[in-house]
Amino acid sequence: MKRFQPRTMKNFVQRAGAARHSLVILFLFLYPLAAFAHKRGGEAIGFASGFEHPISGLDHILAMVAVGMWGAQLGAPAMWVLPVVFPMVMALGGMMGLMGIKLPGIELCIALSALALGFAVFREARPKLWIAAIIVGFFAIAHGHAHGTELPLGASGVLYSIGFVIATGLLHALGIGIGLIHRWPAGRIALRFAGAIVAMGGVFFLWKAISGEAA
Amino acid sequence: MRMPRPRLILFWLTLAITLIVAPSAQAHLVNTGFGPFYDGLTHLFVTPEDLLPVIALALLAGLRGPRFGRSVLLALPAAWLVGSTAGVLLAPQLTLPALEIILTIGLGALLAADRPLPLAFVVSLAILLGLLHGILNGSELANRPSSGEMVAVGVTVGLFVSVSLLAGQASSMRVRWARVAVRVAGSWIAAIGLLMLGWATHGTA
Repeated sequence: MKRFQPRTMKNFVQRAGAARHSLVILFLFLYPLAAFAHKRGGEAIGFASGFEHPISGLDHILAMVAVGMWGAQLGAPAMWVLPVVFPMVMALGGMMGLMGIKLPGIELCIALSALALGFAVFREARPKLWIAAIIVGFFAIAHGHAHGTELPLGASGVLYSIGFVIATGLLHALGIGIGLIHRWPAGRIALRFAGAIVAMGGVFFLWKAISGEAA
Repeated sequence: MRMPRPRLILFWLTLAITLIVAPSAQAHLVNTGFGPFYDGLTHLFVTPEDLLPVIALALLAGLRGPRFGRSVLLALPAAWLVGSTAGVLLAPQLTLPALEIILTIGLGALLAADRPLPLAFVVSLAILLGLLHGILNGSELANRPSSGEMVAVGVTVGLFVSVSLLAGQASSMRVRWARVAVRVAGSWIAAIGLLMLGWATHGTA
């Protein structure tokens, strides 16, 4: 039988406390992965360089943050489906890149991703969840593949991958955090403005990619 | 809820093949300087290859409820200890890193999906994970000059504490976003596994 719990402030505080403890314990379990004291054959370097990789290119950053912003704008369930699906699909692209599987027009797709996702945020586009998932998944493959082909040889694969995925996830979280401002009227306008900036960044990178391909 | 018989047979067949084609040592045992027990106790926390699937399985069991958590809490450390003992005695030298990675991907994906699963299936996964990684640890312990048994006991204790903390926390979560956060952790573990698989097969295509 389900126990009745009135929605009181005390209950809310107790629940929030339990959730906070859960996160602290989860963090404590994940933190030792970056144990720099136990450097075995460059693994600490593997984690650091893996963490650095997704945040070293502005085109990647814009797209990752835009995914989070769009997810937050779409609301539940997209807000949590996209961050759950995106890392796996992106890693699939990364795996293909690592395996040496060639995909055409990756740089164009990456530039197009910032433009498309930024435009979606600017327009407050609300497609069906599966359409949004396909759009995001398509761009996730492109970003993952680009990362996969750029990964340095000789680094520790495990810790590099951990750093890489954590950094990508944190960029999404940042995007979701920014996207939550859409709950307020002024925030909604500000979010659309941010989407326009991302889209303009996408235009710049698209121009660069096209001129690079032409050259 | 019982697992269908053909699927159960297939699962145990896979497990038997896994044990026959015993993998070689991939994990590394860290020397803490505090003795073999503490070397074992800290092993899990400095070996991401071992820790990631354990996190995924413990959280998966916790999400499915206290009954699942309790079963995995007993099955995983026990299987790991049995596997370590078998590894010390047999010291197999074959390599099968892909199975470890595929298991990590599978556990992460199951956690991310957060779908109802039969108890027998989750316990079987715990036994498979424990035996596989236990054999890996044990085969490395066989080449170690110090007391391998105490290291194995240390690993088992560390495992027991880790699973009880993680599964306990996951099973007691009530707020929706905390459950989503755990699912995201599962997707991250699966993503790490996919990249590890890419590393393992680097430039093969």
